[in-house]
Amino acid sequence: MEQPIIHIENIYKSFDEETHALRGVNLDVQRGEVVVIIGPSGSGKSTLLRCINRLEKYDHGTIVVDGIPLTEAENIHAVRREVGMVFQQFNLFPHLSVLDNIILAQRVVRHRPRKEAEETARALLEKVGISEKADVFPIQLSGGQQQRVAIARALAMNPKIMLFDEPTSALDPEMIQEVLDVMQALAKEGMTMVVVSHEIGFARAAADRAILMDGGQIIEEAAPDVLFENPTEERTKLFLSKVLH
Amino acid sequence: MTRPNKNQPVSLSDHFYPLPTNNWMSKNIDPWWGLFAAVAALVLFMVFFIPDPYAQIVIFIRDGIGTTVITTVLSFILMLFLGLIVALGRLSHSTVLRLMATIFTEIVRGIPLLVQLIFWYFAFPSIVQQIGIWLGISAFGNYLANPLGMAILGMTVCYSAYMSEIYRAGIQGIPKGQMEAALSLGMNRFQAMRYVILPQAIRLIMPPVGNEFISLLKDSSLVSVVAVTDMTRRGREFMSTHFIPVQTWTMIALLYLVMTLFAARIVAYIERKTQNER
Repeated sequence: MEQPIIHIENIYKSFDEETHALRGVNLDVQRGEVVVIIGPSGSGKSTLLRCINRLEKYDHGTIVVDGIPLTEAENIHAVRREVGMVFQQFNLFPHLSVLDNIILAQRVVRHRPRKEAEETARALLEKVGISEKADVFPIQLSGGQQQRVAIARALAMNPKIMLFDEPTSALDPEMIQEVLDVMQALAKEGMTMVVVSHEIGFARAAADRAILMDGGQIIEEAAPDVLFENPTEERTKLFLSKVLH
Repeated sequence: MTRPNKNQPVSLSDHFYPLPTNNWMSKNIDPWWGLFAAVAALVLFMVFFIPDPYAQIVIFIRDGIGTTVITTVLSFILMLFLGLIVALGRLSHSTVLRLMATIFTEIVRGIPLLVQLIFWYFAFPSIVQQIGIWLGISAFGNYLANPLGMAILGMTVCYSAYMSEIYRAGIQGIPKGQMEAALSLGMNRFQAMRYVILPQAIRLIMPPVGNEFISLLKDSSLVSVVAVTDMTRRGREFMSTHFIPVQTWTMIALLYLVMTLFAARIVAYIERKTQNER
């Protein structure tokens, strides 16, 4: 079997003596795989995601991303260049236009010439369906549009992996689909994705694997249809009964 | 950076200005400019219609006005840089840098500005001379303080400590997600600061920085104690030769007031402009 692009082994993380965010998580993600992680709040799913690009430090364990172990400081930057991340709160840079949001890191991190960076940015805006908004500022966009810009911004770095941290949780209901459509298209292109989300519809349509986390541990993992239809663990059934009405 | 929708109202504050917004005057001139205009008119009236003694006073202290402006502007620019360095030190991940920056601000903020100015002008050169004599370096041994240089140094050091706190508040006022987004794109902390955090923080701190400029302008009168011939010192010289304290200090007070009122209007204008841009 091919070496996994993300290899997570026995990760422990605690914020203080009492709160253990992660308690011995093991997870391998294959190249091109789409993994959806669900679970109640405080279950450690976002923390796990943030450990993959080391926005969160972990206390114990190993994470290897695309053959690079997350240990040395220079490795962290190397990994972050290969891993795109989309946040719940979009986190667009409010002082820059949409276009400059997508150009900035290309210029600063990848040292691309302005013209090339701008072409990439415009092509990506086209891809996420808001090319006409290139020159406006993030505050003038709807939540769904902002999130699509955030996805374009991450894609501009040509990441090998995309992490989504509850990308639709802060959106009005009617804007969720436009973001999910972009993510689904991305999945179809073969992007490796790890998605923390409660969008069961998306998980069924796009994911190869669904994972339920609780109490800092992986409770159950299976193909989405299996996990959502016939979960084996009691905890999974209980959680799904609350999520699926 | 182009902003095609510049004239479109984007913030609540626009609604509090009932005048038409397509008029340059109504957008940039607020009613408090009237106070500045009144004080400036009063000064001009006094100088032209009561030249004895007011024109005499202004002519006598005119180089002092220049010195006050130079001291203020140079100290302001320098303290903006030094303050940023101290603020970055305080926010650094390195314990040593953080400790050094914290000790610096605590010490500087705990000593009156006047005492600091006197220290830099009278005590500091003495220390340099002593060290020069011990080490046998004649350049140090014969060191003489330049009054203006030492005054600007003293103002810069003192104000940079306060300024660093303003920077710190501004940087910490930017949501954590901004730094995380920048890091997740592969930027290092310096790049994230330079391109993402600071441009936003500077907009945020524009109003308090403007107020620092105004207090710096007023506090610059303290340098008159350490042999700098600023407006205040020239005023004392004029008073001691002409013995008309009321007229002298009325004129000097009005001149300071004209400068601070003008600066305050500029600050208010910048504040309004940056608010609209956010």
